[in-house]
Amino acid sequence: MSNNLPNQVLPPPPGLERIPLVENQRSPGWITDKVAGIIEAKTPAWWWWAFIPSLFLTLLLLTMLTYLISSGVGVWGLNHPVMWGWAIVNFVWWIGIGHAGTLISAVLFLLRQKWRTSINRAAEAMTIFAVMCAGIYPLVHIGRVWYGWWLFPIPNSNGIWPQFRSPLMWDVFAVSTYFTVSLLFWYVGLIPDLAILRDRSKTRARQFFYGLFALGWTGSNRHWSNYEKAYLILAGLATPLVLSVHSTVSMDFSVSQLPGWHTTIFPPYFVAGAIYSGFGMVLTLMVPLRKMLKLEEIVTMRHIDLMCKVTLATGSIVGYAYCMEYFIAWYSGNPYERWTFWHRLFGKYWYGGWAMLVFNAMVPQLFWFKKCRQNLVIVFIISILANIGMWFERFVIVAGSLYQDFVPSNWGYYKPTWVDVCTYLGTFGLFFTLFLLFLRFLPLIATSEVKGITPQADPHHPLGGARSKEVLPHDK
Amino acid sequence: MNGTGKPYGMIAEFTTAASVLNAARKVRDAAFTRWDVFTPFPVHGMDGAMGIRNSRVGWFSFIGGATGYTSGMLMIWYMNAYDYPIVIGGKPMFSPFYPFIPSFELTILLAAFGAVLGMLSLNRLPRLHHPLLKNRRFGQATHDKYYIVIECDDPKYLESTTRKLLETAGSQHIEMVEE
Repeated sequence: MSNNLPNQVLPPPPGLERIPLVENQRSPGWITDKVAGIIEAKTPAWWWWAFIPSLFLTLLLLTMLTYLISSGVGVWGLNHPVMWGWAIVNFVWWIGIGHAGTLISAVLFLLRQKWRTSINRAAEAMTIFAVMCAGIYPLVHIGRVWYGWWLFPIPNSNGIWPQFRSPLMWDVFAVSTYFTVSLLFWYVGLIPDLAILRDRSKTRARQFFYGLFALGWTGSNRHWSNYEKAYLILAGLATPLVLSVHSTVSMDFSVSQLPGWHTTIFPPYFVAGAIYSGFGMVLTLMVPLRKMLKLEEIVTMRHIDLMCKVTLATGSIVGYAYCMEYFIAWYSGNPYERWTFWHRLFGKYWYGGWAMLVFNAMVPQLFWFKKCRQNLVIVFIISILANIGMWFERFVIVAGSLYQDFVPSNWGYYKPTWVDVCTYLGTFGLFFTLFLLFLRFLPLIATSEVKGITPQADPHHPLGGARSKEVLPHDK
Repeated sequence: MNGTGKPYGMIAEFTTAASVLNAARKVRDAAFTRWDVFTPFPVHGMDGAMGIRNSRVGWFSFIGGATGYTSGMLMIWYMNAYDYPIVIGGKPMFSPFYPFIPSFELTILLAAFGAVLGMLSLNRLPRLHHPLLKNRRFGQATHDKYYIVIECDDPKYLESTTRKLLETAGSQHIEMVEE
């Protein structure tokens, strides 16, 4: 153990240094104090200013749902021929938002993208809350909610089972599995961080609750070994899962015979759109949060930059899918297909068609420029436009394909009622209420994971205590 | 410490990832069996340094997944093709395709539960009590310190030589933990 041996790892030549993921060479202890400090500090005023309106909107949601269930789906704007309105639009939109969380936590984990650790916890929380908001709609849109159990594999009173040849049944399994697995994944990631909070807590109540949910975690390496394997497997399972969920959602449409829905491109197109809108939401949340919670050293500009690049990539895939849709509509020679797609841009819902084209395919192209990726105001605006655009995409697909079908005498027009609007606003309330509670009581940064990617955590790095020779022998 | 007075083991503190990794190699080479390393995050290369074999969590997950797929296929075949078949649009009563998505989702669901429950059972978690969690210094194991604990039950354990080993391995602070 001689301390005067030269460091084994030489610094890279100037200009080629990797931008660190945690700035200013912060130590693991500093990261713990920073993240746990957010929960341990006094509740900031802005939190209340955000929480009370959110809670109010949640109550609005409950009121609207009560009104809907007690009166029937007629209080929504649904009518012949548009029998799927905002309920399905919002369902698809919310569940799409969830996809970015799983992409960050699972796909980027498998791809060994270390930057995910700074944002994965908050993104996974976003996933879970978004799926909860989404899950409300299919449950209540069936009209007679008390028959909701017909969706589950239980025979009804005539001994008839649910029909698995219907994509709606596939959706039930896809969405419920997605929610459960996302929750498991999130919780497994939380266990070591709950142990951190348990070990730091000053009050009995905190000690008890964090201790209970930390399951007696000690940080034993024999435990870490099983834990890391389980985490890897969960990531490997969540990856095909996340691709399957929005594919299944898209099959609710594409398995039907309606022009505008009946296309084979739907599954990948929906998945790309979902990830695009989800990253939009992650940026919408993280850009203000990193500032308000002073997390700029953990969620760095490099993270923002990388998220913008993913947004650009998925937005471009979505743009490509739009082009393909239009090309195939023309190339098919099918007059109904051509009619539907022409009327997306020049029909009664022209504004939706242009909104989706501009906000999803064109606006994210600004992220080709580093100046735009580094300007937080621009990033924030684009992230919101992305979600507006994706909402309109779903609206155009649902209402835009239904309102003028094969027979002109069958044509109609759909517009939402105030109940539709208030229910949708209410889901925002639910989402933000849950998210703000999460910020207050759980670590929004995956602390032990971020610590694990710092150079101090690497036994082969000088900051991790590496000296020549003694770390060189390779085990096994 | 307000333990029962019976010694549980010897705890040695380390301050860097490299020092605890090297110390773990020394403890492994001294042929201890009932010992462990405690770190705030998984330290790269520690499994090899401790001589831990590949985790068996994968088997739990595999069994879960296989159960999920089989039960999904069987369930749908039973419900839609055997117990109450209904002709819908002339589609076959059963084919490997239409039940695939629910069966796939059940595969993922039960494989995920297999992984999590397998991990917990291999780790003997949850547990409500652990002698180390009473140790004040050990609270740093979730903060930024690294520990090696050698249990008194280890056949190789001898207070004087074990302490010597941990000292030469580079620990700055060694103490006893009670049960």
